[in-house]
Amino acid sequence: MSETTANTTLQSAAPLGGAHNYARRYWVFALPAAIVVTGVILFPWIFSVVMSVFTWKVSGNAYFVGLDNFSKLFHDTRFLWAMVRTFYFTAAAVVLPMILGIWAAVCFANNFSLRGLCRTLFILPMMATPVAIALVWTMMFHPQLGVLNYILSVFGLPPSQWVYSDTTVIPTLVMVETWQWTPLVMLIVLGGIASLPSDPYEAAIIDGASGWQMFRYLTVPMVWPFIIVAATMRVIDALKTFDTIFVITNGGPGTSSETMNMLLYQTAFAYYDLGYASALVLVFFAIILVISLGLLSMRQMERWQ
Amino acid sequence: MIKRRAFLTASAAALAAPALVEKVGAQSAFDWKQFKGKTISVSLTKSPRADNLQNHQKEFEEMTGIRVQSEQMPEQQQRPKMIMELASGKPSFDVTHFSLHVSKRVVGTGKWLEDLRTYLKDPKLTAPDFDFADIGPGALAAITQPDGRIDSLPIETDLWLVYYNKKLFAQAGIAAMPTTFDAMMDAAHKLNAPAKNIYGFVARGVKNANVPVWTSFLLGMNQETITPDGKTLLTDTPAAIWAGEYYKKILRECAPPGVVGFNWNECQTSFMQGNIGMWLDGVGFCPPLFDPKVSKISDSVGVGLMPAGPKGHHCAMFNDGVGIPARSRNKGAAYLYCQWAAGKQMAINLVNLGGGASPRLSTYSEPSLKPPSAEWLVTLKESLKIARPGLPEIVPVTEFRDAIGIALTNMVQGADPATELKKATEAFKPVLEESLRT
Repeated sequence: MSETTANTTLQSAAPLGGAHNYARRYWVFALPAAIVVTGVILFPWIFSVVMSVFTWKVSGNAYFVGLDNFSKLFHDTRFLWAMVRTFYFTAAAVVLPMILGIWAAVCFANNFSLRGLCRTLFILPMMATPVAIALVWTMMFHPQLGVLNYILSVFGLPPSQWVYSDTTVIPTLVMVETWQWTPLVMLIVLGGIASLPSDPYEAAIIDGASGWQMFRYLTVPMVWPFIIVAATMRVIDALKTFDTIFVITNGGPGTSSETMNMLLYQTAFAYYDLGYASALVLVFFAIILVISLGLLSMRQMERWQ
Repeated sequence: MIKRRAFLTASAAALAAPALVEKVGAQSAFDWKQFKGKTISVSLTKSPRADNLQNHQKEFEEMTGIRVQSEQMPEQQQRPKMIMELASGKPSFDVTHFSLHVSKRVVGTGKWLEDLRTYLKDPKLTAPDFDFADIGPGALAAITQPDGRIDSLPIETDLWLVYYNKKLFAQAGIAAMPTTFDAMMDAAHKLNAPAKNIYGFVARGVKNANVPVWTSFLLGMNQETITPDGKTLLTDTPAAIWAGEYYKKILRECAPPGVVGFNWNECQTSFMQGNIGMWLDGVGFCPPLFDPKVSKISDSVGVGLMPAGPKGHHCAMFNDGVGIPARSRNKGAAYLYCQWAAGKQMAINLVNLGGGASPRLSTYSEPSLKPPSAEWLVTLKESLKIARPGLPEIVPVTEFRDAIGIALTNMVQGADPATELKKATEAFKPVLEESLRT
């Protein structure tokens, strides 16, 4: 567009009334999004809040019970244990992929032959459907017929009961989660490393810094914002994990892998107790919100330093 | 003298007569084509009985001119989907298949399904050969709601029996399937050889699904889980604790490691691989066992009657049915489908498939029956004589199964049966009381 034409366009736009009139009309553009958000997010949310103060079984009438559902929650040992298991699972399913993902990102940041192929293979688990993955793992975990115990026997190791024992079920589920989501952490951190300037590293090499010192005092501080983003995403994902647990253990053996999501599903869709399930979902939402805000505030603090 | 033309006319009439008589008879008796051109959606629970319906679906479509869109879903997903859609008032299906021992009272309380009594009395809608009186007493009780409404028709009766590996029995020197609980325990120990990856016994250990195993033992004490009025739990009585101890002992000492995570499919897989001596489960899981493509022991599968307990000889019974949502727009066509699904021929097809027991009495006198195994059919017939409901008929049956199921899982992991059953009973009691109030 020539300068003359551009000036003409601006001049012709000016008589419309300036910024004040534009602002008045902006809401029209926001309306479709507002309708969708209200219908899909806000309304179900308000409905959940309303349901949480009722006792409401699917086949019966609803009765107003005030905050009884919430007080019942904090005396419900099954809920309290589900909360403990959720935090245990989340902590392990965040820490392990973070450590392995950062380590993999540092490896893939270096040049070596077949790097592209290796990187593609590394991110394959992340691209697979969680339910399909869960079904394959379920077959591999079978104590008598699964391939994993066969592999252990080849190395002379004793068989494991994997997801068929209350003591090994959560570590095993964490293993699946780590296998699937380490590549995501690697991709985010690798993106951060790729954007780093080379000058500090050159200076560090001249000063005689070791590889570990460069990683500890240069790489980590500079990619910290990326690490926090990856950690935030992992925490939210791990807290919400449902599909793999549902398919592999359905919360069992007994309730050994029953996280809050599993209990929520069971309460709403097996016991059809919608009031109590709504109270549960609100508490769960509050927990996710607090943790996420905490992690994001860490990122902000890092920016101010 | 008969003329040539007259002879030909008479011959043609004689040849055509049976077809004409059949047509006239069919029209006067029942019009299967009355809803021709309609399309119905059918929601099925993944199971051999659903396979049976889908295997023969084309025959129904050809007979009625009704197009059927049927879908099988695993029961864990189909059950909540069905309830939620029925409760919403806008179900996406015209016919739903469901387990009566799980969902009967919930759908009955919500009155979401059509009462079929008026349909059954209507000669325009019900074929004369449907013969409702042919339905056995167990299945009839299962489809009848407490207020007398009949909102489903039975398509299968599940009876629990013991599948056993004849080769392993011979190797262990056991001549036949044990006939008492004590003998079954002894046999399980004799068969058990963990060093060879052979285990004497397997049954469901996973919570919820494991309750029918325990109730099978409880029936051997001549007791059910609740009083006949459905108000008082009998889950921590001495008989219940005895059944819990038996369950704990046989699974802890003779089942494969990790059995607490086993549902029927893990049990079936282990059994078909030849690693298991005896497997206690439903009659409908028979088809793959005799199939050499998937079973390593297809030629050595035995089928035994549930052994007798110290105080009674019974096997657990469950039923499946099909019903029509009260909000369906194709009730007539849907009813024809239900009638066909619960009809005599489909019951015969089910037994021939090995997918379960027929809820109809006439099936067992049918000379054309060709089940996968003669022993299976004999055991099935014997089981019918000793069958009793394996789960209580209450609205919160899933909560019941979870509460008791968790206790059973804990027992296999070493907990004391009396303590666990008392704890589970106390935990479930308020849920039952609340369901009785509302």
